[in-house]
Amino acid sequence: MKKSKFTIFIAMIICVLILTSACGKKDDSNSGKVTITYWQYTFPQKVDIIKDLIKKFEAENPNIKVVAQDFPYDQYNQKIAAAVNAKKGPDIMNLYYGWLPQYQQKGYIQSIPEDFMSANDIESYYIPMIQASKINGKYYGLPVAVRSLALFWNKDMFKAAGLDPEKPPKTWDELITMAKQMTKMKANGQYEQEGFAWDVNGQGYHTFEEVLLRQWGIIPFSDDGKTVQWSSSPEGLEAFKYWVNMTKEEKIGDRNFLTDYNTAFKAGKAGMMIDGSFSVAATKEAAKFAWGVTTLPVREEGGIKSNFGSYWTNSLAKGLSGEKLKAAEKFLKFLISEDTQKEWLDKVGELPAAASFSNDDSIKSDPIYGPFVEGLADAHATLFVDEAKERDSINNAVESILLKNAPFDKTFENLVKEQQKIRDQYYK
Amino acid sequence: MTNVSSNRQPMKLQTRRTLTAYTFLIVPLLFFISIRIFPTLYAFSLSFMTQDHTSGTIDNYKQLLQDPVFWKSVLNTGLYVIVTVPLQMALGLIIALGIQRVRHFRWFYRMIYFLPYITSIVAVSWVWRLMYDQNTGVFNQILTWLHIPPQGFLGDPNESLLSVSAVMIWQAMGFSMLIFMAGLEAVPKHFYEAAQIDGASKWKMFWKITFPLLNPTIVFLAVTGVIQSLQSFTQIQNLTGGSAANAGGPLNSTLSIVVYMYKNAFTDFNMEYASAITVVLFIIILLVTLIQLRILNKSYEY
Repeated sequence: MKKSKFTIFIAMIICVLILTSACGKKDDSNSGKVTITYWQYTFPQKVDIIKDLIKKFEAENPNIKVVAQDFPYDQYNQKIAAAVNAKKGPDIMNLYYGWLPQYQQKGYIQSIPEDFMSANDIESYYIPMIQASKINGKYYGLPVAVRSLALFWNKDMFKAAGLDPEKPPKTWDELITMAKQMTKMKANGQYEQEGFAWDVNGQGYHTFEEVLLRQWGIIPFSDDGKTVQWSSSPEGLEAFKYWVNMTKEEKIGDRNFLTDYNTAFKAGKAGMMIDGSFSVAATKEAAKFAWGVTTLPVREEGGIKSNFGSYWTNSLAKGLSGEKLKAAEKFLKFLISEDTQKEWLDKVGELPAAASFSNDDSIKSDPIYGPFVEGLADAHATLFVDEAKERDSINNAVESILLKNAPFDKTFENLVKEQQKIRDQYYK
Repeated sequence: MTNVSSNRQPMKLQTRRTLTAYTFLIVPLLFFISIRIFPTLYAFSLSFMTQDHTSGTIDNYKQLLQDPVFWKSVLNTGLYVIVTVPLQMALGLIIALGIQRVRHFRWFYRMIYFLPYITSIVAVSWVWRLMYDQNTGVFNQILTWLHIPPQGFLGDPNESLLSVSAVMIWQAMGFSMLIFMAGLEAVPKHFYEAAQIDGASKWKMFWKITFPLLNPTIVFLAVTGVIQSLQSFTQIQNLTGGSAANAGGPLNSTLSIVVYMYKNAFTDFNMEYASAITVVLFIIILLVTLIQLRILNKSYEY
């Protein structure tokens, strides 16, 4: 009796295992039509334009169906990691260029096929900045558009503080003096209004790495991306001090004020902020005040200009092959076409990435997009190896100075060591 | 196995019953094997793999031992347990005793105190986050009225863990209250009557009768409370995370083991290292639970 019970039990277990293994092997191929999926994070303007573009693309290519899905930014990486590991990942994914090294290392994406677009083709089609997506001589993503930073200023707040609303600051020192005039603080140290939306996690640390450090005479990373050179001269520490002291000593803004920097600006509670052109559409919609955009400040008038360039690329999933790959290539080609790039600027506010646009006067003379295009000329895209970790590390350094009063020199020294360690771990 | 066709006997009643039982059991079994047991075993094996899955290794565990952030998260998790569990139980008991004395509208008070527990943790955390805000939050406004300098709350590494714990306690005490109320109902009334005749004080009655007889309830709440706070994640993620901040911050002062595991798995994509953290957490929970059951589960004769 005992034995037969046991046999039944074993038989049941086997049944269960067979049933579970049968799950999840559904095939969704239908009647010769190729379906590809496109994933991006939820940026309303981008979601809308992709929808329109897909309609146009599907009309031109009746046997390809493109399914677009989007996820909130906070969960986007998590979603991809979970989906790819479960073999349910997208065929084309929109990725921040700084994530590419990790996605490549994890085997989530494949390089752009040589027969579709060779490295030379890519380099002659695009402006040089996009070379940051080259890993071991191969490209892992193709962008539609690029972004640079500029200084947004609130003309109404300038006027209210007795400043000339048409004269934004040209140097960092000017920025600090003007911001001080606009900052309103209660007696107990709480901000009511900040002059400059200082932050770390948004565009703040990019501003430090690619703008301040370079203007203080430091090339932040070696050409191969393997060495962190922030402390190659004492000026590095000076730049770091200057940057952190904007909030610590000068008190022209607080990183936590109204949850984040662009919320504070849009609410009319921050006199200035540094942000990308992608913020233009949202600012236009939310701002109930007059505002303008100008190029980033410099250390002293006539000094080195510098800017941080960044972009989102479209990458092909690893393992994509055959008909699906061909369909995905077709869609990519459509996405990066010059027509799309032009439309992208109008609807999303990101600048065209193709080299053919760099002398387009109609964009350059635009009062809002002009400063961004101008900034593009001096823009550097940081060669990240692990964008999230690098950001965390610099944020921790700043927090220990602001919250624990840690000394600048020691903290900076540790920060450089940590940044170097992140790079060593990747390149080992 | 015996050959069925050569020896066709009618199935015994008991065999048939067993068969029926297993047929019914197959559904939950399927669920547990595919949703719980298989992923658990997979995580175990993953934790012994290199990142490219080519060979086995114990490097993940070696790295874990030397990782100061991991130890910080272990320390914080311990603090969450020590701070939240006793307080939420004590407050739950006090409220339960209070409500027991109320004659009218008892359901109303019960509902009021239980409400936080059934509200979405994410929504509640964001409301608290706004109240904690350094510049615009309600708490600092109240402090200003009282002429107390504004506090950092979630922004200050010395106060952040307590601020997060307060939200956890506030949410969990309603649950403790409900369980304690059920426990109090179960205490036989004649004990109190006998004690009253003997002239025992209220205080003595509580410590000599109510408290010992609530022991099973206390054990239950302590075990579930400790496990829950060892796994704390949602409140921390929503109170401290977001696009402009790091979950577990500032300076890892609110980082719990689970939040650290999540960050490793889904922002650094290091599933193997994250699995190793999970295994360690599993062992911690197992040990703590065994110890608790040993110490707390003394039986009381009614």
